[in-house]
Amino acid sequence: MTIDTSELAALRPDMTRFAYLLLRDSHAVEDVVQATMLTAIEKQDGFKNNSSLKTWIFTILRNKTIDTLRRGKREVSISELSENDDDLEEVLFNEHGSWNQEMKPKAWGDPEASFEQSEFWAVFNTCLHNLPEQTSRVFMMREFLEFEVDDICKELKLSASNCWVTLHRARAKLRLCLDINWFSGQGFQESRR
Amino acid sequence: MLSCKEANRLMSQELDRKLSWGERIGLRLHISMCDGCSNARKQMSVVRSACKHAFALDDKADQ
Repeated sequence: MTIDTSELAALRPDMTRFAYLLLRDSHAVEDVVQATMLTAIEKQDGFKNNSSLKTWIFTILRNKTIDTLRRGKREVSISELSENDDDLEEVLFNEHGSWNQEMKPKAWGDPEASFEQSEFWAVFNTCLHNLPEQTSRVFMMREFLEFEVDDICKELKLSASNCWVTLHRARAKLRLCLDINWFSGQGFQESRR
Repeated sequence: MLSCKEANRLMSQELDRKLSWGERIGLRLHISMCDGCSNARKQMSVVRSACKHAFALDDKADQ
């Protein structure tokens, strides 16, 4: 099955965003995206119409990104992991470990409905983008590359406890960011009007 | 009895590993009594499903 190169080109911004969240280096990202497009064109016979072009391309992109991460042998230092972290837990919880009243999560209503709105995705992408570099890498490896936690620790030479803490922070930050900028904030209400 | 802070750590970990029996019971008990944590847990799972949608990769299972 032949692929439509204009369709391929249209996927480029998404591919770039995806790779950037993991690699955070524009040269490496450019290389990975180009190599993916080249592979897609060379191997287009392997593309079966029963999956979407995007899914197929992202499988290639995923593998290329993993290769690049491995080649780079990115080791994460503890200090990098705590980058601008200023103890999120201290903001969320009081000294007894209970919610600080104003931080206590409220119900989000029907979040799936938001998935239909492009404004939501703009907010979501900004939230992902605002994660500190290493936190983002660990989180993306888990959620998008679907690594098991043990494998993330091995790849990035992190202790298991650091990996767990980093994933937890990433989720807490994203949850908070979506809450402030979408679900409790203006974005959600405006788009529902 | 788990604190909210501890419950939050566990609800993130349950997305990555199978919790022990004791952890599961502790978390369930806490959540049944705490709205904030119950909402936090739902929100964490929204974050996960948003990730699956974000690059429209959720049809991956169809392959």
